[in-house]
Amino acid sequence: MNTPLYHLQQVEKVYDGRSVLHIEELSVYAGEILALVGPSGVGKSTLLRLLNFLERPTRGSITFRGRKFDGQEEVPLAERRRATTVFQRPFLLNRSVRANVAYGLRLRGQYDGEQQVADVLQRVGLQDVADQNARTLSGGEAQRVALARAIILQPDVLLLDEPTANLDPYNVNLIENIVRQMNETQQMTIVLVTHNVFQARRLAHRVTLLLNGRVIETAPTETFFNTPHDARTAAFVRGDMVY
Amino acid sequence: MGLILSGDPSLTEVVVLSLRVSGTALLISTLIGIPIGAVLGLRRFVGRPFVMALLYTGMGFPPVVIGLLVYLFLSRSGPLGQIEAGWIPRLFTPEAMILAQSVIAIPLVAGFTMAAVLGVDPQLQLQARALGATPWQATFTTLAEARVGVIIAIVAAFGRIIAEVGAVMLVGGNIDGRTRVLTTAVVLETRKGNFDLAIALGITLIGLAFVINTTVLLLQRQVSR
Ligand SMILES: Nc1ncnc2c1ncn2[C@@H]1O[C@H](COP(=O)(O)OP(=O)(O)OP(=O)(O)O)[C@@H](O)[C@H]1O
Ligand SMILES: [Mg+2]
Repeated sequence: MNTPLYHLQQVEKVYDGRSVLHIEELSVYAGEILALVGPSGVGKSTLLRLLNFLERPTRGSITFRGRKFDGQEEVPLAERRRATTVFQRPFLLNRSVRANVAYGLRLRGQYDGEQQVADVLQRVGLQDVADQNARTLSGGEAQRVALARAIILQPDVLLLDEPTANLDPYNVNLIENIVRQMNETQQMTIVLVTHNVFQARRLAHRVTLLLNGRVIETAPTETFFNTPHDARTAAFVRGDMVY
Repeated sequence: MGLILSGDPSLTEVVVLSLRVSGTALLISTLIGIPIGAVLGLRRFVGRPFVMALLYTGMGFPPVVIGLLVYLFLSRSGPLGQIEAGWIPRLFTPEAMILAQSVIAIPLVAGFTMAAVLGVDPQLQLQARALGATPWQATFTTLAEARVGVIIAIVAAFGRIIAEVGAVMLVGGNIDGRTRVLTTAVVLETRKGNFDLAIALGITLIGLAFVINTTVLLLQRQVSR
């Protein structure tokens, strides 16, 4: 737990002159599950986009695997491909489920992944709809396809943006189990954005509370929920945070 | 009708030339129009509104005026007519007709492609990059998502140029056995009073248009599904 995979310093993101994220310091350690919690609009998704190098910080630097990127230079493709995101809404391609799951492999020039695709589909319980068009899936199935096409890439870092929002308990449980498994068996680092404090409690090793683009507190899950340092964390955990 | 069924040689010749000219023009305009449409649909750059305005103007431009412009460019006293180079088509050749039809079709292909690409959720680009796509791959993914619209663009452009008369008449000259295509042949045969042949040509043209429009309709049904 002592090698930070990511280290953020004075990272700021400004949209149209408005600063939506300002993180003085934040580390993500290799092999951990870090939950990001906080009310709507505090910059959780923005932070994930920065961690996946989909956008550059306006100021500050992100050190990833010992290499410092300060928003000026392009992050090399090979580094960018070590992380992938499952977004809040699954953007599936208008193709078969199978083709959607194989998409990331294809991007990497790998065309012989049939067995891998079959295995991953099995894992998310979608082997029966493999040839169905992905646009015709139910919400839960679609989100599982989104997860499947991410984990098939065996990324070092899996960024999850509310992967179980609006899902039923069956799908929530299935997705949580896969996430936990990926972390335990492959030491996959996972950053999980969630509105659901119970989910953070179930899955995460550490939890970070964001408010108005700033880190309020980062603590091991136990501490975060039982003996938080900040009064705002205590309020958030009790569920009587006013936003 | 007998003329079509018996495969009258002069009719066959005209049909083949029509398909060759419009087919080549379509290929050229597809290769140029799709990248233009994709860039306009996906990238924000200085001068984009201006290029879009140009494109819309081009889409609505009367083909005969494009024919006139191509004619002026290629004529002896025109800017291109004075240059002796193999790649510049001479007036009254199929190549000149291909050029005119390409100029007519490029804005159509580009415009419809742009519309199709704009119809794809911009978040898809982000998702593609998150899964490891290079900018090129992300662009290609969007085009693939817009594929039905892109095919409609191509088919619609083909329908427009194969049915076009004015421009090919001007730059091709409707020379028997050399630059006579379906539309110009209809005009000529009607004037000569050869109604049988004119009708046979007309039916062939309608048949082609029918196939093309049916294809578009079927594809559009698939899009809205
Ligand atoms: N591309 C953008 N352009 C302008 N403003 C943006 C952009 N993306 C995000 N924002 C703004 O940044 C702020 C943070 O957005 P973000 O999506 O990161 O919040 P969030 O914490 O993920 O919220 P939620 O829990 O509702 O998903 C919001 O006020 C949002 O309007
Ligand atoms: Mg969000």
